[in-house]
Amino acid sequence: MSAAAEQETVQEKNYLNADHTLRSWLTTTDHKRIAILYLIGVTFFFILGGLSAALIRLELTSPTGWMLSNEMFNKTFSAHGIFMVFFFMIPAIPAVLGNFLLPLMIGARDLAFPRLNLVSWYLYAVGGTLVLIAMMMGGVDAGWTFYTPLSSIYSETQISLTLVGIFLNGFSSIVTGVNFIATIHKMRAPGMTWFRLPLFVWAHYATSLIMILGTPVVAMALLLVVLERSLGVGIYSPELGGDPVLFQHLFWFYSHPAVYIMILPAMGVQSELIACFSKRKIFGYHFVAFSSLAIAVLGFLVWGHHMFISSQSVYLSVIFSLLSFLVAIPSAVKTFNWSVSLYKGSISFQTPMIYALSFIGLFVIGGITGMFLASIRTDIHLTGTYFIVAHFHYVMVGGTVTAFMGGLHFWWPKISGRLYSEFWGRISALLVFVGFNLTFFPQFILGVLGMPRRYHMYGIAPEWLFYNVLSTAGSTVLGLGFFLPMIYLTHSYFKGRKSTQNPWNAKGLEWEKAASPPITVNFTEKILVTEDAYNYDAISDAAQALRTMEKRGQLAVVDDEDAWWDENSEDKS
Amino acid sequence: MNFWNNPLWPEAASKDAAAHDKLFFTITGLSVFFTVLVCVLVTVLAVKYRRGTKADRTNPIDHSTKLEVLWTGVPLILALGTFVWSARLFVENRDMDRDAMDVFVVGKQWMWHLQHMDGTRENNELHLPVGQPVKMTMISQDVIHAMYLPAFRAQYHVVPGRYTELQFTPTKPGSYRMLCAMHCGTHHSEMVGWVHVMEADEFAEWKEANGDKNRPKAGSVIEAGKMVFEDKNCGSCHTGENNVKGPSLYGIMGEQRSLANGQTVAVDNDYLRLSIIDPTSQIVEGYDKTMPSYSSLTEEDILALNAYVKSLGNAGDLVPFERPGAPVPPTATAPDSSTDTANRTASPSTTQTEDEIQ
Repeated sequence: MSAAAEQETVQEKNYLNADHTLRSWLTTTDHKRIAILYLIGVTFFFILGGLSAALIRLELTSPTGWMLSNEMFNKTFSAHGIFMVFFFMIPAIPAVLGNFLLPLMIGARDLAFPRLNLVSWYLYAVGGTLVLIAMMMGGVDAGWTFYTPLSSIYSETQISLTLVGIFLNGFSSIVTGVNFIATIHKMRAPGMTWFRLPLFVWAHYATSLIMILGTPVVAMALLLVVLERSLGVGIYSPELGGDPVLFQHLFWFYSHPAVYIMILPAMGVQSELIACFSKRKIFGYHFVAFSSLAIAVLGFLVWGHHMFISSQSVYLSVIFSLLSFLVAIPSAVKTFNWSVSLYKGSISFQTPMIYALSFIGLFVIGGITGMFLASIRTDIHLTGTYFIVAHFHYVMVGGTVTAFMGGLHFWWPKISGRLYSEFWGRISALLVFVGFNLTFFPQFILGVLGMPRRYHMYGIAPEWLFYNVLSTAGSTVLGLGFFLPMIYLTHSYFKGRKSTQNPWNAKGLEWEKAASPPITVNFTEKILVTEDAYNYDAISDAAQALRTMEKRGQLAVVDDEDAWWDENSEDKS
Repeated sequence: MNFWNNPLWPEAASKDAAAHDKLFFTITGLSVFFTVLVCVLVTVLAVKYRRGTKADRTNPIDHSTKLEVLWTGVPLILALGTFVWSARLFVENRDMDRDAMDVFVVGKQWMWHLQHMDGTRENNELHLPVGQPVKMTMISQDVIHAMYLPAFRAQYHVVPGRYTELQFTPTKPGSYRMLCAMHCGTHHSEMVGWVHVMEADEFAEWKEANGDKNRPKAGSVIEAGKMVFEDKNCGSCHTGENNVKGPSLYGIMGEQRSLANGQTVAVDNDYLRLSIIDPTSQIVEGYDKTMPSYSSLTEEDILALNAYVKSLGNAGDLVPFERPGAPVPPTATAPDSSTDTANRTASPSTTQTEDEIQ
């Protein structure tokens, strides 16, 4: 604390108040401001995606539907998938937290190509706007996977416009990927060697590789759908001499690695959180770092596991199954390393840590249920059912969104310069954990029972009702868990107590060397890195906690919000 | 609604289901074990080393190659074991039983058309005798569907433009759900029906009582195919032997054909179908592109034509078989030993075809 206190010269000018005009925000090349622009964008789409999810859950509380028509239901789940996957999940961690933190973590002034960074946000914004226009013109009903020939010939909805929107958005992530890779290679501060990089940076490096190598393929595949729809070029439709299964190969060649675009940055966040809140170095740093790369590489070789029953050759399926089992191993390695990192730590349970611990639990379930799907024989029974839905929500929401929330809370004092209510933070983190499990665990059972995904009505099997009602009930809790942070974080941005430079006593250049919020050029001094990442000292942290307890006459650390604030806020009134 | 009838496990009603369930429960066991292991580990460590406890924190370790090898190796071995088990079941499952009872399936937005070999047609319903292996030959008329039979643990996509197959052996009489599990448009969730598995005698009774009224005039699928064959006048070019206009269709199922573009393809349902709707794409070596496209034929017609051609004998069938109503099939023995009339003599050997042309 004392070392940090010396640097606590309050920066009057920071990146937030450097300029106040709308124009200054829309033409900014500051990576931190662009991150804020992205934060606004992904929050907007998260709300839209969440509302459509709420509609789906409400509708499924009756086996025969009670509110939506078939068509509306199909459009609703398609909108949910498109908003959440392409416009929330893929950009959420890399473009918000990654954008904000990469330069800060490696001791750079900005990303390698600041203007390109702004271009990437505009591509995202224009793509998103096109998709919104398409939704207002009637929406799409082919699901976020756009399987042909349903999407290319048979659907009469706004598919072309939507695909063009997604195409542009894809370029936004390619551009971000290029920018990150160049930055990580060329802009590290003196002394910041590869193996001193925070694991968050490693994870983003692996993610960027996938963005660059995978996204062009899906962009092309989707563009070909547009060509087939508008010009009748026979690519996918057998009536035009095309091959409908070709689309699945091209789509999953990107979209399976895209799952890793979504989860790898989350794993990066996870490493930072675990290290800070257990005041320990991440166990097996090299293994965690290289497992990110292993996932990125192997992730490109498993797309065929989406197609075990698509008429793909039996032997091809067997090979894809083997590779899919292998890709699970690096994730297991990471999980074990995080768990063991707690050993001999000094663990505190603040909001980000609650998210980090729920991440471990949910990600284990999400990852391990992937075994049922990598295994070809069991996949036959489960693919296309709610088991799939539950599995990827455990990975994508239980993993990625949980980590995003954890990361957002962790770096919020850095981003906004303010402290949020720790009480409400913990409440909402617990609500998310409980609500999430209640929503999605019943869906595993539904899948095993044979309920296909994307079913509007299930009058043929009324016994599925119970689990659907359970799931809907859970989703209200989950919804509340996500709604609260929007309120208290927004509130804290305007009214919250000012944060010190390093309220968590965290390691890392962004905490130790940059103000909260950082100034436009990030650092006031030249950065020279002399130590490894996560050089935490659990022993002295624990000793300090004991001293505090003795001073206050407590038997255990009581996370007294006011006391914590008094220690950490600027205006000690 | 039976709100309190909440099964945790679906009915198992096929020969395959038991083997599948065993594998499923094994993976479930492993999953529960590892999930509990990690959760307990995290909870214990988090409680023991929480801030403010007087636990011993001296000599912490940052890495251990032994541990890394352990938790890479053990999951790896378990994963590989599961893989081998699962892949073997899968390969067995996809190895089609040639003697199984044929059922033809045409999926379309938003219903299932099913047809038995004897011509009996059903929509969104399928009656089957218990214990009889069944092989579905499936194709879609429009978008991709998936034939999903949860109680049989059987599922496969039904794709436009190509045939797919699905086999299972029902083992328990009863009614089981038949679902479409691939999003296929507006009424996707209504593309559902039932498979009724019956004792053999009940099945015969059902056929007796209901089967006939669903049967088309043409009779069996093969007879229907023959009718299409005659209706479209296919016989004017495709006679019993190769001639200038077209290759013979006798005894070609399973044969390797040399194409004009230099490729060699095996004659199967997909080859026949493509040759009907897009003949010029797969011209047999030595022939001209004279055949027009018959893409106006329905998928049912094409399935029937395929069945008819198949009834004309498989490549390598030594003994010709006879079927009332079908043309007298050719012999597949050496042509010079044939005593049949010239235009009914098959010349199944590709080399001979080439000789003749040259």
